[in-house]
Amino acid sequence: MAKALKYLVVVAGALVMLFPFAWAVITSLTPDGAVLASPPDFTPEGAGLGAYERLLEAMPFWRILANSLWIGLASTALQLITSAMAAYAFARLPFPGRGALFAVYLATLMVPLQVLIVPLFIEMRTFQLTDTYFAVLAPTVASAFGVFLLRQAIQQVPREFDEAAVLDGAGHLRIFAFVVLPLIRPALATFAIFAFMASWNSYLWPLVILRSPEFFTLPLGLAELHGRFTTEWNVVMAGSVVSVVPILILYLFAQKHVIASVAQSGLK
Amino acid sequence: MSLATEQAPPQVRRHAAPPRRTAGQRWRYAGTVAIFLLPSLIPLTLFTLVPMAGSLWVSLHEWDLLQPMRWVGLANYVELLGEEETRAAFLHTLYFIAGYLPLVYAGGLGLAMLLNRAMKGRNLFRAVYFLPVITSWVVVALMWKWLLNPASGIVNWALGLLGIDGPGWWTDPTWAMPSIILASAWKDLGFVMIILLAGLQAIPGEYHEAARVDGASAWQRFRSITLPLLSPSTFFVVVISLINGFQVFDQVHVMTGGGPGGATQVAVEQVYKMTFEYGRAGAASALSWLLFAVVLLVTLVQVRGQRRWVNYG
Repeated sequence: MAKALKYLVVVAGALVMLFPFAWAVITSLTPDGAVLASPPDFTPEGAGLGAYERLLEAMPFWRILANSLWIGLASTALQLITSAMAAYAFARLPFPGRGALFAVYLATLMVPLQVLIVPLFIEMRTFQLTDTYFAVLAPTVASAFGVFLLRQAIQQVPREFDEAAVLDGAGHLRIFAFVVLPLIRPALATFAIFAFMASWNSYLWPLVILRSPEFFTLPLGLAELHGRFTTEWNVVMAGSVVSVVPILILYLFAQKHVIASVAQSGLK
Repeated sequence: MSLATEQAPPQVRRHAAPPRRTAGQRWRYAGTVAIFLLPSLIPLTLFTLVPMAGSLWVSLHEWDLLQPMRWVGLANYVELLGEEETRAAFLHTLYFIAGYLPLVYAGGLGLAMLLNRAMKGRNLFRAVYFLPVITSWVVVALMWKWLLNPASGIVNWALGLLGIDGPGWWTDPTWAMPSIILASAWKDLGFVMIILLAGLQAIPGEYHEAARVDGASAWQRFRSITLPLLSPSTFFVVVISLINGFQVFDQVHVMTGGGPGGATQVAVEQVYKMTFEYGRAGAASALSWLLFAVVLLVTLVQVRGQRRWVNYG
């Protein structure tokens, strides 16, 4: 009895989670005139892909989707490389002022983006870099969070491994690439997931720095679409649906790892 | 898996100080350090440290992004502290947090407890509840804006079936913030659930059994075992939610743009408008530092206060 009730609650909750997505799909298939109909129509007559066609006419959607994908991947790759290397230096290469420099990294962790947007915008404007891919990507290249996370992981690698490699005549670059990196793969994967999600969802900075639709990322493109098609919810939902699909596919493959990464972050 | 159990065994720090080297070797070592550090340090300096300093500098000026800057010292800060809009922006932000945090925590905890026991399809449910977490804020905001559409939205239609005359949601100053809170809690519920579920699963089952043998009721076990042992996860959720809550922007900007009538004008929305619409970039920078100070203070208070209620076993 109690068990049945439990199931009921969990299933009802799951429906609440899924329904907005389902409704977005239904709305996106609804023909133009029927969107604002009351009562809402769950099986709209004349359902079709009209809204998707209008979406593609209204904005360079494929380009925007590609932008989001490649910016997300590039941002993630760059952050992984720069953070892992710096983390190695902080964990394995003693140098004067190392503690102080690490404290500076930690301090930047607490500075929110909105503190930086005005001067960042000015910086980009000064070098005439507004409205470029570079401007979107550049501020994401270094990640204090990544350095922090990966430094912890590297510190847990027993030094005996490094030393064995040193005896074989390996330099730091080789120890880093062939000994340390393979051993911290789980931490790298966790950080990669966080970095990609952050880039994929990023809205405020692209909103500030981008003007031309051909450079837009998905969140920006969708918000702008909504601004133009205020009441044409079928077009707006078509855009939303198409922009959810790629991340959904990634999620289906990496679902277990994504959830495990998030779960772990709370235990530290 | 706590950090303590994962740490490598303590060992002699043989490499703590670099061994004596010749000048040439020292230069080579410095070069190695630079190779590892600079790919991160250069962009961090250019795009975080310099803008931080720049932001402080800008905050001491009157500036509309176009004309030359005019030095005003601390006048922006003084002015902001006296402004009705600043107080309103912080109050709206607090309103958001006060609605969002209890909702998402209670919901997340309830779900986590339901899913904690072995249950058919548990992984599937977990994945479903987590779906909104991976969806971008803009998409979530748009979907909810449509669901909560006052005239044609499906929520008001469903309420109508129950004989309830649904409110104007995001078009109504009274209901705009609850709309944003609802959408935000919906998106983050799965995140909180996953964190708390991991915390619950770290509680040894013997504790509950021992208490049950001693005749403790479900509520007593929840109060005396679950909540205290879950406190590190709760602490994490509260700290993260407060930091994110003070910086709430995306969903507000898309759903209401701070309206109607300024009813949802939160702090970051105010920073955005002051910078790009009101020509007050200097004051906007000052406001962003005030917000940072508040977040920092709140976080520090929590970290200090955690000793009193967070149980790290």
